[in-house]
Amino acid sequence: MAQSDTDVDHTAHGQSMGLLRVLGPAHVWALGVGIVLVGEYMGWNFAVGKGGAYAALIACWFAGILYSCVAMIDSEVTSTVAAAGGQYTQAKHIIGPLMAFNVGLYLVFAYTMLEAGNAITLGFLVDTVAGMTGHEGGLDQRPFIVLAIMFLAWLNYRGVLATLTFNLVITAIAFCAIITIFLATSPLLGAGEMLHKDLMSGQASLPYGWLGILAAMHFGLWYYLGIEGTTQAAEEVRSPARSLPFGTLAGIMTLLIAATLTWYICSGLMPWEYLGDGVNGAVAPLFSAAQISGSSALVWLLGIGTLFATLASANGCINDASRAWFSMGRDHYLPAWFGAVHPVYRTPYRAIIFLVPIALIFALGAPLDQVITFSILSGLLGYTFMPINMIMFRKKWPLDTIKRGYEHPLHPLPAISLMALCSVTYFAVFLGYGTQLIAMIGFYIVVSLWFHFWRYRFVKRADQFTMPWPRPRGY
Amino acid sequence: MARYIPPVQSKLGQIIDVIVLVVLSVGALFLPLWLGLAGSAKLPVPVENPTWESLGQNPVMVQQWNKLGFPDAASAHDMITARYDYSFSWVSLAVMVIVIVGYFVMMIRFSDIEYREVIAEKFGEK
Repeated sequence: MAQSDTDVDHTAHGQSMGLLRVLGPAHVWALGVGIVLVGEYMGWNFAVGKGGAYAALIACWFAGILYSCVAMIDSEVTSTVAAAGGQYTQAKHIIGPLMAFNVGLYLVFAYTMLEAGNAITLGFLVDTVAGMTGHEGGLDQRPFIVLAIMFLAWLNYRGVLATLTFNLVITAIAFCAIITIFLATSPLLGAGEMLHKDLMSGQASLPYGWLGILAAMHFGLWYYLGIEGTTQAAEEVRSPARSLPFGTLAGIMTLLIAATLTWYICSGLMPWEYLGDGVNGAVAPLFSAAQISGSSALVWLLGIGTLFATLASANGCINDASRAWFSMGRDHYLPAWFGAVHPVYRTPYRAIIFLVPIALIFALGAPLDQVITFSILSGLLGYTFMPINMIMFRKKWPLDTIKRGYEHPLHPLPAISLMALCSVTYFAVFLGYGTQLIAMIGFYIVVSLWFHFWRYRFVKRADQFTMPWPRPRGY
Repeated sequence: MARYIPPVQSKLGQIIDVIVLVVLSVGALFLPLWLGLAGSAKLPVPVENPTWESLGQNPVMVQQWNKLGFPDAASAHDMITARYDYSFSWVSLAVMVIVIVGYFVMMIRFSDIEYREVIAEKFGEK
């Protein structure tokens, strides 16, 4: 495929070297769905443990509404902000530098923690497959975790087109694997092994009552967490105004289907206590569902699906975290050294390399549910920013002042719904993980003060505003 | 408005800034783990001489437990009886709300001060 050099000479940031504009809508879909689809293969089932299978289904749909709002809001703003950094760049232009610095860190943490979670799952999968093929005593998972992260970082280092084309192929295979196991096990075409009625009767229906439904929202986010990452590709797609809304909205539709099918398959085959225990029970629930189906073909297919989903997600996370880190370096929010573009591969290579050991610290040193929680908390803070961002965007630049590639309907209803669902999710996180929530917000308060009173002095003022927009109303 | 010229930061200063940020991040994420305050572990509720019936499992559930490699009730006991404790204090909830709202209010106010400088320099004073 030929690579376009349309932006080689000068970017909006005045640099002599920019990122390559080589991506299309399919790559945007692959980036968003690739990051998220692993959520169907692992992690979502902690929601079952928090409230039972019905609670996990309700959380799945309410989180689906939350993310539909995220996708619509993001699509409108990002169709006008064609620069790397995604929500970081949006915040910089719409709310202000300190908010942007915080949003940039939310993105880096959400994606780096998710990358670590993917690597942990990959290590588990290799260990399980080794056990199934006769290896005794368990494998040391650490070399596989390190190798996976290093390989994907290398791929990202070498170029965005190859990285996201790789993601497109393996994400499509992982999605097809979910469709296949659904068809093979449901009464629609397959053997009709689904046992929802018996597995969800009596105490198993809502073991914690309505409080369990609220609690399940915590891990309900995991079904879709990361779809907002499509915006990170804004500086590398050929037609941002068309490709980004198309790829993002197609992505959320794909995920709504995949999440509902995943819940249906797994809760129809496994008791909720096993399914909801993502540490000692169903670490990779779709893989467990394939094992319980008794079909070795499905076991291999879902094993490959799990492997590909974890790789695609970690790959997309490296891509997105590095773009956010790179963008902050380019604006001097972080040392400018991180804002460099590789002279040959045209990738943010220093940011890619710098984040590798950070991901490894967490992949090798923290348990899966904690890593997931760290990622969810960063994501949740980011989703809380989005409705504020959207309302300010429409206020400062009404529809007649900037041409949007996409205008989301029913404003401000999606923003209000998103804020309400975020509030519910904060309460869900508070039920059990309140300490992490407070620790994380304490961290953001400290770094905000550090940025405002120290770091911001190294930032040029007007140069941060790179979009060709008119003066915002009220300023 | 006069154009703001930022000072040039030394290489050592840049390295120190990155180290500060990494130490703060790793500390915030690992501190609850090191202090044993992280997350809510499920706690099993012991049942004497457990049977599938006493654990509330119907025949279909038992069949699926067997397929998953749990041949008897004792082997699945800990997993079946483990429960989260969702009790909480309203004071803690109020503290959490104040911290979250206070954080966002602080951020929007500081951001607005910085944003006004950016706009004034970019578009000129009104």
